[in-house]
Amino acid sequence: MKKARKLDAVSILLRAAVNAAAVLTAFIVFFIVGYILFKGIPNLTPSLFALKYNSENVSLFPALVNTVIMTALALLIAAPLGIFAAVYLAEYASRGNKLVRAIRMAAETLSGIPSIVYGLFGMIFFVTALHWNLSLIAGGCTLAIMVLPLIMRTTEEALIAVPDLYREGAFGLGAGRLRTVFRIVLPSAVPGILSGIILATGRIVGETAALIFTAGTLAQIPDSITDSVRTLSVHMYNISSEGLYINQTYATAVVLIALVVLINALSSLAAKKMMGGRNG
Amino acid sequence: MTRRKNSARRVSIIRTRENVMRAVFLFAACVTILCVALICAFLFVKGMPAIAEIGVFKFLGGMRWKPGNDLYGIFPMIIGSLYVTAGAIIVGVPLGVLTAVYLARFCPKRIHRLLSPAVSLMAGIPSVIYGFFGIVVLVPAIRAVFGGGKSVLTASILLGIMILPTVITVSESAIRAVPQTFYEGALALGASHERSVFFAALPAAKSGILASVVLGIGRAVGETMAVVMVAGNQAVIPASILKGVRTLTANIVLEMGYAADLHREALIATAVVLFVFILLINLLLSSVKRRAAK
Repeated sequence: MKKARKLDAVSILLRAAVNAAAVLTAFIVFFIVGYILFKGIPNLTPSLFALKYNSENVSLFPALVNTVIMTALALLIAAPLGIFAAVYLAEYASRGNKLVRAIRMAAETLSGIPSIVYGLFGMIFFVTALHWNLSLIAGGCTLAIMVLPLIMRTTEEALIAVPDLYREGAFGLGAGRLRTVFRIVLPSAVPGILSGIILATGRIVGETAALIFTAGTLAQIPDSITDSVRTLSVHMYNISSEGLYINQTYATAVVLIALVVLINALSSLAAKKMMGGRNG
Repeated sequence: MTRRKNSARRVSIIRTRENVMRAVFLFAACVTILCVALICAFLFVKGMPAIAEIGVFKFLGGMRWKPGNDLYGIFPMIIGSLYVTAGAIIVGVPLGVLTAVYLARFCPKRIHRLLSPAVSLMAGIPSVIYGFFGIVVLVPAIRAVFGGGKSVLTASILLGIMILPTVITVSESAIRAVPQTFYEGALALGASHERSVFFAALPAAKSGILASVVLGIGRAVGETMAVVMVAGNQAVIPASILKGVRTLTANIVLEMGYAADLHREALIATAVVLFVFILLINLLLSSVKRRAAK
């Protein structure tokens, strides 16, 4: 920055190392994404989006629809639970309570468990013990448990960020605790909660290991929630391990990356809105 | 009279509603505990009999995994997981921490606006895409240069890349959290910008950086799909880093599809071992975090 001063060797070395690392990281990201786009975009043919999958067109359309349904289902279960749990932790619980510590520890444990362990648990519990078989609902419940701690943590952070003045104002006007939570605190925390839900969406869309043994790999649009489905990530894993459809795999990867980019853009938009709301 | 009665009833309705919703919130919060209990119970109940039947030492210390011959030793997979995790740390941590330093202290705002979303994009890319990238780019490249395509080395590099976003974001916020006075004090004593950052600010962020490394370890140990796709998956202890390797996670995902009886239970027991590893890593993480909070 300041060109006037002469640097010693150590400083020059450190600066070079830092710059090299940043360049390498940037190169890795742009190379991975660029390579997949470069190879995949020319292969985005209309037949990939055919309504029905067969081994000739390798259509990703049913998988795409399944991804949307799976995401909706998992969020439908996890979002209310996660948000309510966060409300309890942020608005009701007294600090240092033993139960609260247990809840936090459980949430932390859940967020560290690898997805394959979730998959195995889902298989033992939902698929076998509850006799749900390989199904949309078994996969959805497994994923809901997986993203629950994420939604809980982001929502709690958003609730804590709501200034106490709001609560005091509501109490002062005679509102009860419940009304304060639903009318005052939750609405002002919406952007933060949303960004957590969007993050959860990203994890659900990218998940493979937890779904193979719970939702199965059937490439069709389901008639009911007890049908086996394959999401886009599972679809991508299947066709890439079959190794016969390398071009279609590139194209599927492009669609998956496009989804991730969209989700990331939405989440940063929500985060920006949260910051804006806090300043204004 | 009636008015007073009515208002008394309203108060009691509100009070019940408050109490009911409070119970609902409390229940939602307890779901996490319920889930952890269920996961532990089902994994242990299904996995423990297999460990008992095979024998703890034969299972954990056994060198051979041959379900066809009733040989269930997961020692090679434990070592495999350790190898690729260590490799991922060697590849990912220096690169990640240096990039975090760049983002926190060296980066012009314009570049930050570009590089920071790139890092979060990296965190969002599904592991199958990393795995596929590994198959089509890394494996051929490493085969051409070193001669061992699907190997410990390939898996380590790929995992190192995959833990980068975790290491970068957590380290960056740790470095940013160091009070500016540390850096300014060093500058005032005549140190250069680089020296001030590395020898005054960075040591103060030590605990946070360590937490990012432990998080990275957790991610590397638990990663499944990408590793399966590039590691070769031979169930033996690799003789060199250019030989194939099978991790605990890969062992489960490869064979669960067709396993039955004791074989199936042995795979669940593999997941129990993995789960215990993750619990240990979590414990380590919370003790590191506690130190960081001090």
